[in-house]
Amino acid sequence: MSAQQSCGCSGGPKLIFACSGAADVGEIADKAARKLNRDGVGRMFCMAGIGGRISGILKTSEAAESILAIDGCPLNCVKAGLEQAGFNTFRHLQLADLGLEKCKSPVTEESVNKVAARAAEMIGS
Amino acid sequence: MKKLQILGTGCPKCKKLTENAEAAAQALGIEHTIEKVTDINEIMKFGVMMTPALVVDGQVKVVGKVPSPDEIKKMMA
Repeated sequence: MSAQQSCGCSGGPKLIFACSGAADVGEIADKAARKLNRDGVGRMFCMAGIGGRISGILKTSEAAESILAIDGCPLNCVKAGLEQAGFNTFRHLQLADLGLEKCKSPVTEESVNKVAARAAEMIGS
Repeated sequence: MKKLQILGTGCPKCKKLTENAEAAAQALGIEHTIEKVTDINEIMKFGVMMTPALVVDGQVKVVGKVPSPDEIKKMMA
């Protein structure tokens, strides 16, 4: 929802949650999600709000048209966090599946674009 | 005293939610206040990205839908 005074009741957003973890792949996941947000592919939303069980974040997520979880590494924290909060219907992208290995993947524009491109495909499918 | 807040910029759905919330509170016979929050920036402070939304005593109960008065009564319990 933009900051301008317009009605926000015209359909649920396509939400994107990234792990935004401390490792290189967490940063790539975060930057890819922010790029998708900037490009209008979906709306990045606060994974910490899911963990904190913030009512507004939870209820907005329940009303979303779709949810994409982007995990940097095989610990799959976003996936686990969403599931523990009761969300079971979402798409899941794990960066290792794109050949981006934890602690061995420098944060580059190329890697961010690679993740964003795959995520955009998943959101659009 | 229940504090009800209606989040929305004033479209017909927001107005309907206000009516339903008022009806629910009247039916329960409880003391209450209803505040309309129309500023987008204030709405987003609740973590809400869709409207209308209903907040009861600081807790967001529903987003993007207009629940019936009966449904709202349960949310106020």
